[in-house]
Amino acid sequence: MPEPSVGPVFWILSFVALLSAFMVVSLRNIFHCALFLILCLFCVAGIYILLDAEFLAAAQVLIYIGGISVLIIFAIMLTSSLASKKITQTNENALVSFFIALVFAFTTLLLVGNTHVWRHAAPESASQNTLSLGQSLMTEFMLPFEVVSVLLLAALIGAIVLARKERS
Amino acid sequence: MYYYLALAAVLFSIGLFGVLTRRNTIGILMSLELMFNAANINFVTFNKYVVTDGLAGQIFAMFIIVVAAAEATVGLAIVLLVYRNWQGIDTDRVSIMKW
Repeated sequence: MPEPSVGPVFWILSFVALLSAFMVVSLRNIFHCALFLILCLFCVAGIYILLDAEFLAAAQVLIYIGGISVLIIFAIMLTSSLASKKITQTNENALVSFFIALVFAFTTLLLVGNTHVWRHAAPESASQNTLSLGQSLMTEFMLPFEVVSVLLLAALIGAIVLARKERS
Repeated sequence: MYYYLALAAVLFSIGLFGVLTRRNTIGILMSLELMFNAANINFVTFNKYVVTDGLAGQIFAMFIIVVAAAEATVGLAIVLLVYRNWQGIDTDRVSIMKW
């Protein structure tokens, strides 16, 4: 490959991320899966920092790890009389899905490895990344920014309505 | 760049495997989060190496994070509802919409 190779930090991060992702899909205890999911999300945040996306890494830690993971753990604790038992967590087509995922991974890797049509711009060191991110959010991407707030409000109300106990 | 794309591809495949094999609904949701993360890595990678003018990739990734948060909220509310009605959150137990 013609491009400069990545440092050891990338290898460590990606190794831990892939390992914990595999744990997420293969462990039987669903609570351990959630903890490994948190580890995997941390590693992805580190990958973002390697890619000069500091604000995105912070948002990943805040929203994914601080929000979604806690929400998932809450749901596990609320629903699981099954959390600690060693019940089977996979359904009967595990082998077929493993094959499908393997084929998908091979195809994608082959595609990535054989594609050279991308224009390689020299990655300049992104200074003032967060500043320009905020500026473009407030100018160019104003409308989606506002729409997504409405989406969040709708999700909030929808979750409350769904999870509320019905009065009998 | 290819390393990042390869990492995202493998991460997506692991998430795909999880979605296809999990019986627990929360497990499916967690695998979905893995797939979202793989897509986000791709967005940020392309924003750094291919389309370097502007930050559209990072902004799109941020919107994906927000939408994933909303999706997780509603999804887990549905999970709670299913648990209350069926006393379990396995997907093969909830087959009322099958025909």
